[in-house]
Amino acid sequence: MLRSLFIIFFYQLLGEAIQKIFEINIPGPVIGLILLLLSFIFFSKKLTQSKKIIKEISVTSNQIINYLSLLFVPIGVGVVMHINYLGDNLFKIFSIIIIGTLATLVFTAFVMEKIINLEKKNGKRR
Amino acid sequence: MAKEDKLYKIWVYLQAEPLFWITLTLGAYLVGDYLYKKSKLNPLVNPVAISILIVSSILLFLDISYDRYFDGAKFIHFMLGPATVALAIPIYEKRNLIIKEIKPIIFSIFIGIPFAILITFYLGKFFGLSDEIILTMMPRNVTAPIAMGISELIGGIPSLTAIITIITGIIGASLGTFVLNIFKIKSMSARGFAFGLASHGIGTARAMSKNKTAGVFAALAMGLSGIATSVFVLIIIKFLF
Repeated sequence: MLRSLFIIFFYQLLGEAIQKIFEINIPGPVIGLILLLLSFIFFSKKLTQSKKIIKEISVTSNQIINYLSLLFVPIGVGVVMHINYLGDNLFKIFSIIIIGTLATLVFTAFVMEKIINLEKKNGKRR
Repeated sequence: MAKEDKLYKIWVYLQAEPLFWITLTLGAYLVGDYLYKKSKLNPLVNPVAISILIVSSILLFLDISYDRYFDGAKFIHFMLGPATVALAIPIYEKRNLIIKEIKPIIFSIFIGIPFAILITFYLGKFFGLSDEIILTMMPRNVTAPIAMGISELIGGIPSLTAIITIITGIIGASLGTFVLNIFKIKSMSARGFAFGLASHGIGTARAMSKNKTAGVFAALAMGLSGIATSVFVLIIIKFLF
């Protein structure tokens, strides 16, 4: 548990450092995610010891991810407390968010499912 | 009278402690999560939305400032970073499935992200919003820190972008399932991917709680769309403004 927490924190720290040094537009934790993923792919074939560590991290990270929703509550409360910032545009902005988000969701899922099915068909023919 | 006075003193002491606000947040989330599970994971009973409503009503009722609340809640907020890094594990575990669907993944990013940006732009124009507000809204489908960065870069208002981004996440997470069902999208990979692309972390949390494959594709889409949106927004606004 402690070892996996250390590794996760360490990769975030690494991500934050890289973000600051190279002034990249991607947040540190996302860079940390990419680095951790690359390390897994790289090390999993090299060492037998690393399989054990990956398994250990997997237990810890699944526990954190289970409560992913909880972690958005503090910032969400901030949104409610500052909702007046949207001012006169409140109704318009809400309408755009609702229409835009749902349209994007359906459009993306629709396109992706079509391509997946197309791939499947092509795969069968081969 | 003396007893009330003592109670008041205890209250004044407790509400100044970060512990009080952490406990309140956890308690509100437990209520939200209980109702979510009780409703058999009905997306409308979104645990994030419920906990946010409980906590905000209590803050408003007791006249507590957000800064005071966040003094405690920041310890929960802090875990967002490590949790993002931790998403590497489910992605790694499902790597074979991701490699298998690599073509649909790349295509969907290249089609979905411009769609997300353009629909926000045209809806903004349709509703007659100012250019500044439209720019503020354009990166709203990606995770808040990226969205704020883009907003600053293109001349939007970052703090407003953060608010709009979070609302986008909650709307996608709570209403997305219905529209996907109406349009009869069955593939868990496609559904999850759309959640991550259109409503970032909050959508990913919803997908994760429902189905592991959907969750992994959501996490992947969230990361990819963060990167792709930064690039596409800059290209698109060159043509539009």
